Amino acid sequence: MDASQRQEYWRKNLRLMSVLLVIWAFVSYGCGILFVEPLNNLSIFGIPLGFWFAQQGSIVVFVILIAVYVWRMDKLDASYGIAEYEEEVHHS
Amino acid sequence: MTEVQLWTTIFVVISFSLYIYIAYASRVNSTAGFYVASGGVPAPANGAAIAADWMSAASFISLAGLVSFSQNGYAGSVYLMGWTGGYVLLALLLAPYLRKFGKFTVPDFVGDRYSESARLVAVVAALVVSFVYVAGQMAGVGLVFQRFLGVGTTVGIIIGMIIVFFYAVLGGMKGITYTQVAQFTVLIVAYIIPAVAISINLTGIPVPQIGLGQVLAEVDALQNDLGIPEYTAAFTQTSMPNMVLITAALMFGTAGLPHVIVRFYTAKSVRAARFSALWALFFISLLYTTAPAIGAFSKFNVLDQLSGLPVGDTPAWFNNWAQAGLISVNDINGNGVIDIAGATDAANELIINNDIVVLATPEIAGLPAPIVGLVAAGGLAAALSTASGLLLVISSSVANDVYYKKINPHASEQNQLLVGRITMVAAIFAAGYLGINPPGFVAQVVALAFGLGAASFFPTLLLGIFWKKCTAMGATAGMIAGLGTTLAYQIWTIDIYGNSDGIWGIPETGFGTVGMIINFAVTIAVSQFTPKPTETMQELVEHVRYPGHSDLLAAHAAGTIEEEKLHGDHGEH
Repeated sequence: MDASQRQEYWRKNLRLMSVLLVIWAFVSYGCGILFVEPLNNLSIFGIPLGFWFAQQGSIVVFVILIAVYVWRMDKLDASYGIAEYEEEVHHS
Repeated sequence: MTEVQLWTTIFVVISFSLYIYIAYASRVNSTAGFYVASGGVPAPANGAAIAADWMSAASFISLAGLVSFSQNGYAGSVYLMGWTGGYVLLALLLAPYLRKFGKFTVPDFVGDRYSESARLVAVVAALVVSFVYVAGQMAGVGLVFQRFLGVGTTVGIIIGMIIVFFYAVLGGMKGITYTQVAQFTVLIVAYIIPAVAISINLTGIPVPQIGLGQVLAEVDALQNDLGIPEYTAAFTQTSMPNMVLITAALMFGTAGLPHVIVRFYTAKSVRAARFSALWALFFISLLYTTAPAIGAFSKFNVLDQLSGLPVGDTPAWFNNWAQAGLISVNDINGNGVIDIAGATDAANELIINNDIVVLATPEIAGLPAPIVGLVAAGGLAAALSTASGLLLVISSSVANDVYYKKINPHASEQNQLLVGRITMVAAIFAAGYLGINPPGFVAQVVALAFGLGAASFFPTLLLGIFWKKCTAMGATAGMIAGLGTTLAYQIWTIDIYGNSDGIWGIPETGFGTVGMIINFAVTIAVSQFTPKPTETMQELVEHVRYPGHSDLLAAHAAGTIEEEKLHGDHGEH
């Protein structure tokens, strides 16, 4: 990787991170807390939707967010030709 | 011996033998093996170990009760979101980069990236957080032994100490990691089986997360009749701003806890560190989405079975747990029946400890004795796995960051290992003592540990990775300011000390978020006019961001870069 490729790699990483963190904040602080009262007028599996986001939905979304991150980072690494990972046992 | 005790004994003996066998099979002889399992743990195993490490006696035993009884449903969501959401931050912002940097401990990263005085602050913070936490685990071990096997709390804790001694002291991180994989299996099976059984009993649906929907309306209706605010209604117990503050303190605190972060050093590579975070949160979510269901089922059963019951007619499970002092009735109005009101209502006649919700749930629901025994083994697995992870942080902080880096830099590897093991033995004794004689504040302080983690480590680690020009003095000042204000506020407002209302009604558990903002502000401000990190250090931080091999990182890990090039001659070196 040369310097410009590195910058591009880092920019793409930051963009992915920002999108995922916005969703992270939206489901927990948004749906679970700030908008919980209007959402509670709807329901899922018989559970008021705002309450569901606070106790179930946000956790499920968190798992999905990390899964997407892992998957996209793998693709990003591969697109820069890094498919094999050395076993980086860097410990002093 | 009752049937329950027999089954409990069987499960405890089987699971403990398994832990000891694994520890013996994976004993280690190098510092890298002892501290970070030689960085060679596959991602699913590492994820299960992180999950077991993370889910303590508090998660297993107390969480469901905390959510459903003391927080009356919705307000308890702060714990559910807070203790899982931090993993997103860890996976995206910290784990891959810290793994790439490649050190043994969190204070090690802080000391290397910043300065030796920053390392000392980090060591102190890591030790305080870990000790507070580990005492709670030992108390949990004592509780399980006392209730299920009828042995004294002290004997129970001593048995727990001996087991931990075997696998943690001999096996170090490697022994602990593989034992934790087994412990995760035991604890999750023990948690899910009764939940499924109760869900089928109450709703006919075998998935507790969906069965939850069937009981919520009934719990709301029961509570309405009793004059308790509805279970699903928002902001009846905690205001909106406080919900946000507490959730944030728990999330950022999770991402800043040293015993969690250190687990990413055990991954094989950066990619494996990312996968470890995914596996860990997946495993954790199994318990964390089940807990609110168990809580609601249990609340329904308790309200349904006990409300309006004549005081003398309490069921057998009630009497068993009343003997352990965890549930009691006080007929305040003297009408001879149990009148249940909100947990904080003076007219409430049923006092129920959060801890019994999970432990007593199988009995409350009338499940057979083997399941009750399994739950006991699960509770022990949760407590022991977390205790061993914390003991390792204590031991590696002292042996690596204090002894090797400060006192005797020429110590041989055998010497360091010996110091690590001696520290761990001492820590086991201290933890056992604190478990047998718990200071009144332990339970409260455990929740506060997250605030301290958020206010001290999270900003320091984040800026250390994402801001090349973050300076040593900035980070040190920020950590001290964040930790200091948070600690002061907590001492000022916590019930047994200051008992003040605080400022703007911010609860002590939510102040960590404010402390974190203070840390960020101070670090950024002080970094503007203090000596910048050296060129080499800035380059090093940049290399952590890119995939693939880096000669600079390899040289840094091997310790072949000169101290002056790394930290310059302006610091305290």
